[in-house]
Amino acid sequence: MRDKRMTEDDVVGRLRSGMTIGIGGWGSRRKPMSLIRAILRSDLKDLTIVTYGGPDVGLLCAAGKVRKLMYGFVSLDSIPLDPHFRAARQNGQIEVAEVDEGMLQLGLYAAGVRIPFLPTRVGLGSLVVETNPELRMVKDPYGDEEFVAMPAIGLDVALVHMNRADRFGNAQFLGPDPYFDDLYCAAAEQAFVSCEQIVDTADLLANQHPVTVRISRMYVTGVVEAPRGGHFTNCAPDYERDEAFQRRYVQAAADPASWSAFVEEFLSGDEAHYQRAVTAMSEQGA
Amino acid sequence: MSGADRAEVCVIACAEAFRGNGEILGAPIGLVPIVGARLARHTFEPDLLLTDGEAMAVQGTWPAGAPASGVVESWLSYRQVFDVVWSGRRHVMMTPIQIDSYGNANISAIGSHARPKAQLLGARGAPGNAVSHPTSYWVPKHSTRTFVPQVDIICGVGWDSARKAGPAAMKYMDLRVVVTNLGVFDWETESRQMRIKSIHPGVTVDEIQEASGFKLVVPADVPVTREPTDDELELIRTVIDPNGVRYREVKI
Repeated sequence: MRDKRMTEDDVVGRLRSGMTIGIGGWGSRRKPMSLIRAILRSDLKDLTIVTYGGPDVGLLCAAGKVRKLMYGFVSLDSIPLDPHFRAARQNGQIEVAEVDEGMLQLGLYAAGVRIPFLPTRVGLGSLVVETNPELRMVKDPYGDEEFVAMPAIGLDVALVHMNRADRFGNAQFLGPDPYFDDLYCAAAEQAFVSCEQIVDTADLLANQHPVTVRISRMYVTGVVEAPRGGHFTNCAPDYERDEAFQRRYVQAAADPASWSAFVEEFLSGDEAHYQRAVTAMSEQGA
Repeated sequence: MSGADRAEVCVIACAEAFRGNGEILGAPIGLVPIVGARLARHTFEPDLLLTDGEAMAVQGTWPAGAPASGVVESWLSYRQVFDVVWSGRRHVMMTPIQIDSYGNANISAIGSHARPKAQLLGARGAPGNAVSHPTSYWVPKHSTRTFVPQVDIICGVGWDSARKAGPAAMKYMDLRVVVTNLGVFDWETESRQMRIKSIHPGVTVDEIQEASGFKLVVPADVPVTREPTDDELELIRTVIDPNGVRYREVKI
């Protein structure tokens, strides 16, 4: 079997400007943040991002990486709104396709099983139909009613962060919810899984039910071991959301000077630099 | 029972929204709705399902703001919740930033969608909720800013929007009530215009009309929202909301 281990920078080396990238997790929960930080360090731009948005969206918007965003929401959970996403919207900096959150699931699933669309009543009568002019309707061939034809959301790349994986790409969630990470991987040409720890295959299920290995290696292009790679989002049970850091992130967005200082302190170096700066901050706080 | 404050009357009004729902998923979004739904389940609606706010359906009653402490009865990941939504087995109570007479509700952004003045959460599940299962709303601050002639962006689908969209939108549409800090509202059957269902103790019809950006339907007899019983008040104050999270939404 192929050993698919690689680094964050290897992953970013396979990305191109203009790609459509799906990002796993949900809000400020189990986001592949070390992969996002690697994108921040790169020259990539004009990305189309598809996600249940959290600080991944905020950081990418703040760095000017996003051309278009497809989303149902962007939220930091314990703090309802992400400041950079708000600014990007209010400045007209990004194009958007806003859909009901359930429609993202339908679109990703359709792409993964290679059908062009799925019919749904979700979106009817709402902004979804009004603000997405490319969205088409479809008549029930067995009846008369008209439904929204949610198009497949084909991705160039999926980026997800899991609790555990083996070096072949079998990947496991240990928290309460798999979110839609397997659907992103199935919908993508290339899927990259970062994880808290790479373990032997046998160890994945030593103490866990097989359903926790939600992603099979046949969907996975590369595996990155990224301890605390989900920071500052929640990556239960390995760690909870770093609320103090998230507050700091939000406060720093208040003005350009404080944001520059935040970038300098945390995002000006590599991942090891980031993790050291985070540790230093929490030690100061303690 | 006297001695209940406005926030506690709002809790009762939210709890009443879940009366008769039976064995479906209650999805209160907002602090007063959370307290209300737990009160409903603890007392008159025992079959209701409620989650821990993440991915578990949890039995029992625990304080608002505290981690769920009851027995986990089933798994409800987000993916399963979408299936529950589309199956119709759910009653959501959402907190819109704007709502109009037909029940169109906005949680996405203020201003134009292309270039919002204030970007908020995004549509979330509001479009799907409204056309799939019972949907209610909670407005902690009833004013002409929240009760508007026309919402800026339609997330939760109102009666007129659903009718325009066709039978597939109307088929499972089931807008129930809007609870605010001033009263409870539903929709007149014929016109589908918002109607006063009850006014909270101490509030007048004129006061409500004054605080609304559109004309409300006023029935000949306007009942007063019922107050909590002694037992309910005790439950709210000592078991379900001992830390008073309800006052973060309804100032007294």
